[in-house]
Amino acid sequence: MSEITIGVLALQGDFAEHIAMLRALGVAAVEVRLPAQLAGLDALIIPGGESTTITRLLDIYALREPVRRLGEAGLPIWGTCAGAIVLAKQASDLDRPNLALMDIDVRRNAFGRQVDSFEEDLEVAGFGEPPFHAVFIRAPIIAGVGPGVDVLARLGDGTIVAAREGTLLATSFHPELTGDARFHRLLVGIAGARRRERPAGSRAAPA
Amino acid sequence: MVATNERPAASQSGAPGGAETGTWAVKKGLAQMLKGGVIMDVVTPEHARIAEEAGACAVMALERVPSDIRAHGGVARMSDPEIISAIVEAVTIPVMAKARIGHFVEAQVLEALGVDYIDESEVLTPADEAHHINKHPFKVPFVCGCRDLGEALRRIGEGAAMIRTKGEAGTGNVVEAVRHMRQLWDDIRRIQSLPDDELPAAAKELGAPVELVKEVHDLGKLPVVNFAAGGIATPADAALMMQLGAEGVFVGSGIFKSQTPEKMAKAIVKATTHYRDAAIIAEVSRGTGDPMRGLEISAIPEREILAKRGW
Repeated sequence: MSEITIGVLALQGDFAEHIAMLRALGVAAVEVRLPAQLAGLDALIIPGGESTTITRLLDIYALREPVRRLGEAGLPIWGTCAGAIVLAKQASDLDRPNLALMDIDVRRNAFGRQVDSFEEDLEVAGFGEPPFHAVFIRAPIIAGVGPGVDVLARLGDGTIVAAREGTLLATSFHPELTGDARFHRLLVGIAGARRRERPAGSRAAPA
Repeated sequence: MVATNERPAASQSGAPGGAETGTWAVKKGLAQMLKGGVIMDVVTPEHARIAEEAGACAVMALERVPSDIRAHGGVARMSDPEIISAIVEAVTIPVMAKARIGHFVEAQVLEALGVDYIDESEVLTPADEAHHINKHPFKVPFVCGCRDLGEALRRIGEGAAMIRTKGEAGTGNVVEAVRHMRQLWDDIRRIQSLPDDELPAAAKELGAPVELVKEVHDLGKLPVVNFAAGGIATPADAALMMQLGAEGVFVGSGIFKSQTPEKMAKAIVKATTHYRDAAIIAEVSRGTGDPMRGLEISAIPEREILAKRGW
């Protein structure tokens, strides 16, 4: 079996940081800017950045539909911060259609402006000790989740900041900035499990 | 949809109690989120909305774009807070604003207004000829201009969480931005090639903190995000700066001084994302009309060169 390949949507944002984290784990990582680059991926990461910029470029380069179809067909997709906004079925204050894949309700810039950006240690379901050191930058929150969604992490006041629905993952914060690879390993694990379940050649095909 | 939060999200604002705000990681982190994007100068809420609609990853709120500052002459200062607040209200993307070099009270005012990033900028008339702002005590992050590695590391040493080349703002002429970006990378490659025991002397020569010189030596790049600025006027200019190693671009006068600002804004955003794809750059450059009228650098009187402000 050939190795796992994870694509990182490289329209705008901190895609290079995700790629560096994946490569440090020994996972093949590729930049995705055009639909043809979705071929053969075992998973996709939508990075942090500006959700308005990313959703516009998804539309302009005809990526939204193919990514949505792949997600519906079970391709593991993880959105960090802006990426979580792009994945959500409901996203407040976003003036463009997004992927609307994951049954979460996301509020943009929920903590305020940049001066309110912060760092916090989180207990993440399944990660055990030590706590996950999380960086929140003009971060969204997950204000509500559908019945099929597992909450992975909350702030002290109960606010949801990480969730999983089947093969979809969303985090309000940026595991790609702190060097803790546990979320990246989780995604690689989901991608590997899905690959074992599926016959070769049935992976992501270009739209 | 099941509401699962103990308190309504709508009432939420500000960081949670006990969380650390204004840290180096969050200051530097916002610049990391801007990467691969275009930051556009805007002077009205309407401009700001056009920029956001075109896909700008942030806007710079100003009273006048640099080419008008250049034409207007006189002392250029921080913009009227009313203009800045109106622009902050108009868009959901981050808003930056400029303070004069060394004018820490203008910076305090901008922080109080809730801007997301402060540009301590040579485009405005410097308020201090010896000292830049001590940027560490601020919760809001700063971006500063540079012409070479020494200047970049001095600014980072003072607390800048993002760097941009100075170029020559308001000219529509990319030559100075290219010169500064090439110089920066030349300097970085030289530092990278030095043995460890020569780094202190290199730091002395650069006029930069030795710890930061060591960091550049190990990383092979600046320890913060590095954008290009100053004279970018076309999609090809933006892609040129990206291929030369910029992680994103600032476009000042180049958008709203062009013949078709909306088209130019969209085209520059696309060219910045697809900066290695000449077919896409060609496609987006079609029909963008006349870019801003440019200025030959040698035609600018020496005392009006903005890049020489700061040290």
